[in-house]
Amino acid sequence: MTARNRELFGLVVAGVIAGTALATVTIARSSEVSPSALTYGALFLGLYLVAHVVVRRTVPYADGTLLPIVAVLTGFGLAMHYRLDPTGGRQALWVLIGVGVLAGTLIVLRHDYRVLESYRYLFGVAAVILLLLPSLPLLGEEENGVRLWVDLGPIQFQPGELAKICLIIFLAGYLREKREVLAQGRIKDFGPLFAIWGAAMLVIVQTNDLGSALLNFGIFLAMLYVATGRALYVAVGLGLFVGGAALLYTAIDRVHERVTIWLSPWTSEPVHCALTGELALRQDCASYQLVRSLYSIGNGGFGGTGLSQGIFTAPDGAELIPYLRTDFIYSAIAQEIGLVGAAALLLVYMVFVVRGMRIALVAQDGFSKLLAAGLTFGFALQTFVIVGGILRVIPLTGITMPFVSYGGTSIVANFLLLAGLLLVSNRANALARE
Amino acid sequence: MNKQIVRLTFVALVLIGALIVMTTYWQTWASAGLADRQDNAITRVAQIEIDRGLIRAGKPPQRLARNIQRQVDGRTLFFRRYPTGELVAQLVGYSTIGRSRTGLERSLNDYLTASNANLSTLVDKALDNFRGRPIQGNDVITTVDLEAQRVAMEQLGSRCGAVVALDPRTGKVKVMASSPSYNPNFVEENFDRITKIDADCRNPSPLVNRGSAGLFVPGSTFKVVTASAALESRRYRPDSTFYDPGYCTVYGKRVNNFDTTSPFGEVTLEEGLAYSVNSVFCNIGKALKARRILDTAKAFGFYERPPLETPADERLPSGLYDNGRLYYPAENRNVDAGRMAFGQERMLVTPLQMAMVAGAIGNGGKLMEPQAVGRIVAPNRNVVFRQRPRLIRQAVSKRTADAVAAMMRLGVAQGTGTAAQISGWSIGGKTGTGETGVPGSNTTWFIAFASRSEEDAPELAIAVVLENQSGTGGTTAAPIARAVMQAILP
Repeated sequence: MTARNRELFGLVVAGVIAGTALATVTIARSSEVSPSALTYGALFLGLYLVAHVVVRRTVPYADGTLLPIVAVLTGFGLAMHYRLDPTGGRQALWVLIGVGVLAGTLIVLRHDYRVLESYRYLFGVAAVILLLLPSLPLLGEEENGVRLWVDLGPIQFQPGELAKICLIIFLAGYLREKREVLAQGRIKDFGPLFAIWGAAMLVIVQTNDLGSALLNFGIFLAMLYVATGRALYVAVGLGLFVGGAALLYTAIDRVHERVTIWLSPWTSEPVHCALTGELALRQDCASYQLVRSLYSIGNGGFGGTGLSQGIFTAPDGAELIPYLRTDFIYSAIAQEIGLVGAAALLLVYMVFVVRGMRIALVAQDGFSKLLAAGLTFGFALQTFVIVGGILRVIPLTGITMPFVSYGGTSIVANFLLLAGLLLVSNRANALARE
Repeated sequence: MNKQIVRLTFVALVLIGALIVMTTYWQTWASAGLADRQDNAITRVAQIEIDRGLIRAGKPPQRLARNIQRQVDGRTLFFRRYPTGELVAQLVGYSTIGRSRTGLERSLNDYLTASNANLSTLVDKALDNFRGRPIQGNDVITTVDLEAQRVAMEQLGSRCGAVVALDPRTGKVKVMASSPSYNPNFVEENFDRITKIDADCRNPSPLVNRGSAGLFVPGSTFKVVTASAALESRRYRPDSTFYDPGYCTVYGKRVNNFDTTSPFGEVTLEEGLAYSVNSVFCNIGKALKARRILDTAKAFGFYERPPLETPADERLPSGLYDNGRLYYPAENRNVDAGRMAFGQERMLVTPLQMAMVAGAIGNGGKLMEPQAVGRIVAPNRNVVFRQRPRLIRQAVSKRTADAVAAMMRLGVAQGTGTAAQISGWSIGGKTGTGETGVPGSNTTWFIAFASRSEEDAPELAIAVVLENQSGTGGTTAAPIARAVMQAILP
C-alpha cells in the first residue's frame, strides 16, 4: 500500500472516531438519536479528504500517518469544544482555516522548501519580535498576570505560537551553517548559547511567562544537541536555565507564586491571598485553578464519566473549572474519557513524535534533519509543558495543547508544523525512491 | 546526526510517557484522596446525582433527612431536605453543594452515596449507571429517640446548653440535643438566618454540636471522678470522715463551699458527694495530687475524642485546657489539685463525656462506646452495618463504681439532686455549678443514671448542661434531666 492510500485509510478511521465522538456529544446535547447527529462527522471527514487530495497532488511521497493523527486530535478536540460550548463554532472555523493554511503552504513550497534556509535570519528576527510583541505597551494584553496576547482591534492572537515555528526554521538554518564550528566546543563557541539564554530570560521578565521560555529554550537546546552532538551544551544550558529561573523566582512575584502553587497547592492553615488581600486557604485562592483541574481529572477515574457526562458546572450554571477550553482542556478530556482515553490520546501524541523523528532520520541534508527534529521536539515539549503543568509535574503555565486546545493561532501554527514535516518527508522519500 | 536524533526521540517519548504515568497516578492512586477533600466542588456536584440514602430516627423511625428530585438540563438531581428542621440538626448535619457537609451527613457520606466499596454494591452501582438510573445510597437508621429529643429541645428552650442521653449498657445514644439549634434547610440559600440567631448566651454558635464539641466547666459533676479516684487509691472508703469548716484552704486562700458557707462539720465521703461539700474533695485533691485524679479521668475517656460516628472535628476531648490546648501536667505542682478536684481549675468537659462517666458508674465501671447509628441498610434491604455494643474499658473497678453509684443515689434521694426523682425508678445523680468567672453567669449541670432498682443495671445515663445561669444545677438542670428521662424510660 502506498503512503497516500495508507493515509486515505487512516483518514477514514479518524473520521469514524471523530464522527462517533461528535455524534455522541450531539445526541447527549439534544437528548434524541437522529441521523443528523452524523452530519458533523461527515463534514469533518469531507474537510480532511480535501486536505488529502491537496497532499496527494503536492507532496505525494510524504509520510501517510501524520495527517490521520492530526485528524484524530483535531476531531476529538472539536467534539470536546462542541460539548463544552455548543454555541461556539469558532474552533471548527479555525480548523478549516488551519487546513487551508496547510494546503497553501504545501502548494507554495511544493518544489523546494529549502528556500526557507536562505531567509533564516529573517525568521530569527521575526521570532524575537513576535516573542516581545505582547510586552509592548499598546499591543500587548495581560491576562491572568501573564502577557501572551496581542490585540489588533478585531484580531487577537498569541504570537508565541508563531514565534516557535520561526525560531525552529532559524535554528535549523543557523545550526546547519555553524555546526562544525560549534561542535569543537571552544569557549568562544558558547556565545550563541549565552545570547539565546539571555533572550529567554528577557522573555520571562517581559511576559512573566515561564512556559514559553522553557519551551523555546528547550527547543534550542535539543536542536543544538542534534547539530553538534555535544551533551555539554545541554548540561550547561539546562544549568543556566534552572539557575536563571531560580534567580527570577526570588525577583518576580508572579514566577514565585507559580512555583509555590506547584510545590504546595493545598494548605491546612489560611495564608495571605494576593487576590483578595485577605487570609484564605491556598486551594481557595492562588492554587484554585490547579486544584479544581486535578479534582476534574480525579473524578474521571479509570473509565471516565463518558463524553458529555463530566461535571464542569454547578447546577446553578457556575463554572467549576476556569479556562477549561484553553489551558485546562486536558482536565476536561481526562474527566470524560478517563485514564483509558487520556492514555490513548497521549499515545497518539507519541506516535506523532515517533513518525516526526523518523522523518528527521531519513532526511538527507542537515537543514531538513534539523527542521524535522526541531518541529517534532517542539510539538512534544509543548505537550509536556502544558499537560505536565496540569498534572503537577512542573509549574503550571498557560500554553496550548497542540491541535486540541481552543485557539486560532495555536491551530494555525500547528498546521504549519505539520506542513513542514510533510514537506521534509516528501523530499526525503522522493530522493530515496530514485 | 542520526545518533542524536534517536536519543532525542527517547527524551521526547519519556516526557510524554511521564504524562501517562502522572495521569495514572491522579486517576487511580490519588483519586479517592482528591474526592475526599472538603473543597472538592466536583464531587459535591457529582454526588447530588446520587439518590442519597435517608437518615431516620430510631424511635419512631421518622425521616430526619430525605431528598427532593429536580430536573436540571435533562439530569435528575437530588437536593436534601430535613423534615424535622432544628430538632436533630447538629447530629444529622447537612449536605449541600455550596457549604459542603457536617455531622453524620459528612462522616457517613460514603454509605449515603453508596461509595462504600464492596464488590456487590460496586456491581449494583455500575449496573444502575449503565441503565441510566440514579445510583441509590444506603439508608442510615440512628438510635435517636425522637420524642425524648423533642422534650429535651423544648426544655432547653431559648437557653444555651445541651442534653446527651445514652443507654449505658449498649452505648446507644438516645438524645443528642444542642441549643440554640438551626434549620438545616436554610443552609444553602438562607445562611444569614442561621448566623443571626438569638439565644441567652454570649456566643450562640448554633452550628456547633454542644453535646460533643461544647467544652464546659464541669463544676461539682467532676466530684464523681474525684470520688472514684479516691476509692481506687484505697486510701479512702465511702465512710471515711472529714471535717468541713465550710471552706478549704488552697495556696493560703479560702475557697468556700458553693451552695452554702455554713460548715457541715463532721461528714463522710458519701455525704460529701450527696451534699456536694467542696472542702471534702478539695482535701482529697490535695492528698491524691492532680495526676492521680487525671489518670482516673483518663480511664473514663478524658484526654481522647469520645468515639461516635460524627466527624472527628465535631467531637472534642475533655481534660485540662491551657490557652485553648488540651494540657496534661508534666508535674503535679503545675496544677491546683484542690480546685481541680471539685471541677474548677482549667478543667473543661463535654456533655457526652459526662454522660459516659455517669453511665460507667451506673454500669459497674464498664465504659461502653457511644454509638448513634443503629444500622445501615442498602437499597436491596441488605443490612450493610449493624451496631454492636463495644466495651471501651473497665474504667474503674466494679466495687468503686457501685460505691460511687450509691453515693449518687443518696444525692438524688436526699442531697442536692432531689429535683430529679422519678417514682418507680432508682436514680443516681450529681449536680454541678461551674463558675465561669462572670458573677451570675454559671454553667449548671446535672448528670445521672436510672435503673429499675439498686441491683439492676441502669437503662439510661444522661448529662444536661446549661450556660449563663444564675441558679444552681439542682434547680435548673436537674428538672430537665428528669423530664427527658421520663420521656425515655418505659
